[in-house]
Amino acid sequence: MSTKLVKTLREAIELSGLKSGMSVSFHHHLRNGDYTLNMVMEEIANLGIRELTLNASSIFDVHAPALEEHIKNGVVRKINTNYMSAGLGRRISEGLMDEPVDFRTHGGRPRDIALGNTPIDVAFIAAPTADPMGNCTGKFGPSACGSLGYAFPDAMYAKQVIVITDNLAPYPLLGWSIPEIYVNYVVEVPAIGNPKGIVSGTTKITRDPVGLVMAQSAVEVIRHSGLLKDGFSFQTGAGGASLAAAKFLMDVMVKEKIQGSFASGGITGYLVDMLNAGCFRSLMDVQCFDLKAVESIRTNPAHQEISAMHYASPAAASAVVDNLDVVILGATEVDTDFNVNVHTDSNGYIMGGSGGHSDTAAGAKLSMIIAPLFRARLPIVTDHVSCISTPGRDIDVLVTQRGIAVNPKNAELKQRLKDAGLNVVDIHELKEIAERITGKPAKLARGGRRVANVIYRDGTQIDEILSVK
Amino acid sequence: MSEIVKRAAAGTLESSDVYVELEPSDAGIEIELDSVVAQQFGDDIRRVVGGVLAEQGVERAKLRVVDRGALDCVIRARVETAIVRAKGE
Repeated sequence: MSTKLVKTLREAIELSGLKSGMSVSFHHHLRNGDYTLNMVMEEIANLGIRELTLNASSIFDVHAPALEEHIKNGVVRKINTNYMSAGLGRRISEGLMDEPVDFRTHGGRPRDIALGNTPIDVAFIAAPTADPMGNCTGKFGPSACGSLGYAFPDAMYAKQVIVITDNLAPYPLLGWSIPEIYVNYVVEVPAIGNPKGIVSGTTKITRDPVGLVMAQSAVEVIRHSGLLKDGFSFQTGAGGASLAAAKFLMDVMVKEKIQGSFASGGITGYLVDMLNAGCFRSLMDVQCFDLKAVESIRTNPAHQEISAMHYASPAAASAVVDNLDVVILGATEVDTDFNVNVHTDSNGYIMGGSGGHSDTAAGAKLSMIIAPLFRARLPIVTDHVSCISTPGRDIDVLVTQRGIAVNPKNAELKQRLKDAGLNVVDIHELKEIAERITGKPAKLARGGRRVANVIYRDGTQIDEILSVK
Repeated sequence: MSEIVKRAAAGTLESSDVYVELEPSDAGIEIELDSVVAQQFGDDIRRVVGGVLAEQGVERAKLRVVDRGALDCVIRARVETAIVRAKGE
C-alpha cells in the first residue's frame, strides 16, 4: 500500500515545497497545551525559510516566546489570527512587528480562506489520531482534543496539507473528522500537545458573588425574552459568569421541562451536563474547552462536530450562528452605543480577539453581554471603546450587577423586561453609577503606530489597534 | 505630628486591593507608586494617599504603594492601617 507517511517533520516541510514568502496555517484546538506550532516553526526556521505569513486560528501564551524570536529573526513577517492572548499581544502592542496583525473572526477566517483572500500554502494539522493516509480525528489518542472544527478550512483550501500526529492508527481510521482526500503528508511525532493545557483558566464557574448576581440576571433576561421555549438554541462563552448563567439556565429548563434544539460553539462540561439533562437535543461543537466535552463528543452521537464554516462563515449558504436564539458574551469595554471591545485591555494592550464574538452576536436573536460595572477600578461602560470588536448594532443587552441596559433599537425587548419587573436602566446611567464609585478615568495616551487591523466577519475593516506608548 | 518609627505594611496584591508599605524617612514624604491603573487614576491615587498622610499628621515617611485597582475607600483604609502599625503603638 502506498503511504503518505514521512519520517520527519523536516522532510514533510521540504516535500511540501514551502518557500520563503509563503503562508502557513495552524488551528488551536490544543489551546495552551499545543506543541505543534512551536515544533513546526522551529523546523521551518532551521530550514532557513523566511518572510512567512502565519495564519493561525488563535495564538496562545505557549506560542509567545518562540514566535517573538521568529518575528525578530524575520521568519514570520505577517500574522493573521482570530485571537491572541496577552503574552504575544503585549509585545505586538509595543511595536514588535513591521506589518500590522490582521484580526478576523472565527467565521471571517474560513470565509477569507474559502474566497482566496488569505490563501494558505501549507496547512499543519495537529491530529490526536491519524492513519498513514491522513484520515484524522481529535476524538481519540493521548492528546485527544475533541472537535477539529477550525482545521477544516485549512485542510480543504490549503495547497499542501501536513497532518502531524502522536497516535498513528492502521488504515482506514473510521470516524474521521478530516478525510485523506485533503492530506498530502503524515508525520508521527512523540507528542503534539499536553492535554492538560486544553482546559484554560477561564472554563471554571465563578464563585464571585458579583458574577453570580449577573448570571442570575442574565437568566431572568432569557426567561422573559420570549425565546425560552421548546426548540430554544443557545451559546455561551467560557467566562466564569457566563458558565454560571448556563448552570442557572439549566435549572430553569429542567424545572420547566423545556427542550431546546442545540447549544453551540466552544463546548464546556456545563453544556454537556445540559445535553445530558435533556435541555438540548444536540451540541454543535467547533471546539472542546475541557476534557468532559472531549469525552462527550467521543461517546455521544448527539454531540456533533462542526467545521468553522458550518459554525460561523458568512460565505456558507447557512451557518449555525444564524440559527441561534441567545448568545451570552463577555467584554472588556462596552460603549454607550453598545460597541464591544474584546481585543485590548484597559491599558490598550492586545489580550484577546473576537473569536466567535461578532459572528454569534450577528446571528443570534438576543445577543447579551455580561460584564461587571467595573473591574479593578475601571468602569466597563465608556463613551467610546478603544477598539470596536463587535459593532453595537449586533448587541441587544448589557447585564451588570447594578442593572440591565437594553439597546434602544430593541424597544420590544426593553418593554418585555420592564413588564417583568427587571431592573432596566439606561446605559448612560450605568456609566455614571460606575464613575461615582471609581472616579472618572483619565484618557489613555496612545502610540502613533498601527499594530493591528480588526476585520469584521464580512471582510470589511471595522477598526484598527494602535501601539501602546 | 505622627512619627513613623518602624517599617510596616497593610493590604495585599489581590486584584482591587492595594499593598502599602511605610518606612521612616528623614526627607519629607516620598511616594513610590506602581499601579495597574496608573494612566487612568495615578494622580487620584497620589492625592488620596497624600490626604491620609496629612490627616494623620505624618510629615516624614517613605511609602511604596502597589495598587491593583483599589477604590479610594480601600486605599484610604490600607494607608491608615499602615500608619497605625508604623507608629509602633
